[in-house]
Order: sequence, then C-alpha cells, then structure tokens
Amino acid sequence: MSVVPKARQASSVIIAGAAETDQVGRLPGHSTLQLHLEGALNALADAGLSTKDIDGIATVSAPGPVQVAHSLGIVPRWMDGTGVGGTSFLLHVRHAAAAISAGYASTVLITHGESGRSRVGAARFGPAPSSIQGQFEAPYGVYGPTTAFTIPALRYMKECGLTHDQLAYVAVAQRNWAARNPRAMYRDPITVADVLASRMVAYPFHLLECCLVTDGGGALVITSADRAGDFPHPAVHVLGTGESAESPLISQMADFTESAAFRLAGQAAFAEAGIGVADVGHLMIYDAFAHLPVYGLEALGFVKKGEAGAFIADGNTEPGGTLPLNTNGGGLSYTHTGMYGMFAIQEAVRQIRGEAAAQVDGAEISVVLGVGGMFATSGALVLGRQPATAG
Amino acid sequence: MTGKAVPEPTPDTRPFWDGCAASELRIQRCTDCDQAYFYPRPVCPFCGSVRVEWFTASGRATLYSYVINHRPAPGFDDEAPYAIAVVQLAEGPRMMTNLTGVPNTPDDLVLDMPLQVTFTQRGDISLPLFTPAGDDR
Repeated sequence: MSVVPKARQASSVIIAGAAETDQVGRLPGHSTLQLHLEGALNALADAGLSTKDIDGIATVSAPGPVQVAHSLGIVPRWMDGTGVGGTSFLLHVRHAAAAISAGYASTVLITHGESGRSRVGAARFGPAPSSIQGQFEAPYGVYGPTTAFTIPALRYMKECGLTHDQLAYVAVAQRNWAARNPRAMYRDPITVADVLASRMVAYPFHLLECCLVTDGGGALVITSADRAGDFPHPAVHVLGTGESAESPLISQMADFTESAAFRLAGQAAFAEAGIGVADVGHLMIYDAFAHLPVYGLEALGFVKKGEAGAFIADGNTEPGGTLPLNTNGGGLSYTHTGMYGMFAIQEAVRQIRGEAAAQVDGAEISVVLGVGGMFATSGALVLGRQPATAG
Repeated sequence: MTGKAVPEPTPDTRPFWDGCAASELRIQRCTDCDQAYFYPRPVCPFCGSVRVEWFTASGRATLYSYVINHRPAPGFDDEAPYAIAVVQLAEGPRMMTNLTGVPNTPDDLVLDMPLQVTFTQRGDISLPLFTPAGDDR
C-alpha cells in the first residue's frame, strides 16, 4: 500500500497558454458556461492557437468536458472530467501530462468557469439526504465550507500553539500582496485588529479569515515540451505533479493537525521534479480559509509542524519576505469562485513568465498546492522556467 | 427546504439509525483486526476485511474540535450561534455532532472535555447528540 512508484525522470509537457476571464469578481452578465468559454478563448489567444489545434479537453462538471468541447467546436480524442473540488485543475494538468506522454492527445485545453457569486447557470448545491454528508454532517447544521472546512482549526490551535492573532495575520499578509494587484477584489491594507473585529462567521473564523465568493474563470493550454519556443509567451515547464485524497467527511480526517493529502501530493510532485524546499522561489497554497497556508507550509516541509503561524506572522511570506506566498492576494483577497485552483495556477504561470502584477525576483521554480472538498483531496504542481535537467 | 436536514438511511447505514431509535450508539468493528470504525460501511478501513460486526458503543466521548457557526443552516435560526463538533468516541472513532446541555460558547466548550451521547427525535429519525458527562460515569 505504501509502495512509492519510481518518479518519472523529467517533465515532458509545458503550459503553452494561460489566461483568466477578462474580469473576475461580480459578473452577473456571465453564465457558468460563458465563463468557461471566455477563459478558453483567452488562453488559446495567449498561446497563439485556435480551437482546431486542440484534441484534448479537461474540466469539471457542470458543464463538463463534453459541453465545453462541443460549445467550442472541439472534437476531443481524450477527455478528463475529474471533479474532486477546487484542486481539480491541478489534477487535470497532471493527467494531461500523462496523456500527452502516452500519445493520447497532443494539445490539451483545461477550463474553469464558475458563477460562484451570481449563481448564473450554476448547479444548486447541498448533499442528498441519503449521502454520507446528508446523513452524518447536514443534520448537525453543516451548511457550506465555512461550517466544515474550519472545524480542524481549534484542534490545531490547541496542539500546535497557533494563536488567534497569528491566524488573523494570514489575511493581513495576503492583503499586502493584493494591494499590489489591480485585479484583486480587496486591496486596502488591513491589520490584525481589523480581522479580529470583522464579523464572526464560524468561531474561530472571522469574515476576513474566509475566502471571497466571486465569479470568474480561466484556462490553460498544455502541450509537449519539445514545442517550447513555438508560442508567444515563455514556456512554463511542468516539472513535477502529485495528487492524493483523504476523507469525504471532515470528521474522518485522520489527524486534525495535519493534512495527509497535502503531504502526499506535495511529496510526489517534489520527488518527480527532483527538488527540495530550498529550490522554491514562489509558492501558491490554496487559501479557502486562513488556516490552509498554515497546514500547507508544514505539509510541504517549508517549516516544522507548529511553526507556520509564526513564520507567516514574522513576515516571511509577504512582499519582501524570503518565501513569496499567494502573491495575487489569494482566495482571501484576490478572487475565489468556489473552485480556486485554476487561479493559483494562473498566478504561478504569471510569476514564472515574469509578468505578474506583484512580480517577485528569482521565480525560477513555483509550487502550487491545491485542496478539494474539505481537506478531501489535494493536487500539487512544480512549475519551472527551465526544462528539467537530465537525471 | 425550511426545516433541519433529516438523514435518509441506506441499507449500509440502517443498523446505525435503528440503534439510535433504541437509544443505543451502534457502530461497527472488524473481527480480524479488532478496530472500531465509523461511518457505517461494509469493509474495514484498517485492514480491508469484510468480516465486520455491529456492536453498541459506550456512548462516552471527548470533544476533539468544533466551530461555533453564526450563519445558520435551514432550521437552525433559533439556535445560532451553535456549535458543530467532532467528538472522539471512547472506542476510537470520531463523529460529527451537536452539543446540548451546555452553552455553545468558547469558554464553555473546552477541547477534550468528557461527553456522553444523548438522542433527539427529528422526523422519523433519532439523532445522536452529545452532552457533558455527569459525575456518575
């Protein structure tokens, strides 16, 4: 069960095109499908390609790969509908890399669109009463991520010493990045006192420790690395990927003080890329809530267990710090449609290309860590400016 | 939907809900590796055995973690803010629940405090809740 497969020797794919929708935020004039298609067309334009160049498609339901492909006039010879929450797009990159290596597709389009705020053409949510969530969570007043994703935090705070001020500071640090990003929904600097004075949502989480709810989308074009140089923008090499899953119920997460899925997905991606934490110049950790960067930094090994809160509060992850983290402002300040993973990848691509709003120096290697469900799934990507070195 | 969510049992989970109707917390354990587990399912998550059996748990637990929710789910308006808790049963497994017989405040809800199961009727279902354990334990 714990056999670790031999890592592939080198990445063979690149991100040739990447773009978000023209705007993110409040877009009541866009349906969910429109957001997918706008992101897709923008990414194709970014890559200098047309829909006729695409032979593989990946996205989550709904609308799913069939409808997205059909709407664009694409006939896929490979498709992936993996829908395991907001990290799904990281898994699509991983699966596309495998498919391209296997010859199942040559150029894959990965799309995201979500009318998370305006709910235009969006699926209604809520578990069926006979599902395990319907039987063992909903009866206790669980109502969306704020009431479930948040539950492990108090245990972590007791066992690892994270303070309320440190948890609040995660939002402060990310706002300092958002202040540099004109597309971010919230850009005004905030203090720990501001965070702690914001409305209580689910103790110990205040409003400013919870992600935004927005509309938006984005897409990626993945192709083989031997085509690097054929596109308008610098290639972003996919150096390593990982994925894992834990429990569909938050109550069954093995240890509330750490995410096994984060750790396993991250280890797989680092091993495949042949890198360690010292090689990472830029980091994105999916931040649906303020505790997620804390869990992510520890799972990836950037700090020891129990140290992440102080690491962030000491300024290490904000502008001018040693480890730039969530440089678009993150789900807490930039945008969060519901499945944020696509936006974390987009920011990593911009940083590797050198075209981010809050560009960091020396972003040769960027790591993206995603989460799906309530600590249920995880994906990880190691992206680089240079191709993997042999061996 | 305006009332509180009511669970709908499936064949896998029916013995659990039947136990609740009898004011017993019936969960499963593996007869090969002897470990208890929850939520109900036909395969031991520890060793993969299908030789599993139902038994009545003690109903004793400790408070593992919780949030106090200020944005009530449908039907919970009168109770907000209310705690959504995860408790650790004396037999090992954890389950989600609500906490009754104690103010749902950070001062009153202390992690690892001892708890005891109690049951409340919701529709056709008897739902397990937990309350601070008395001195007669």
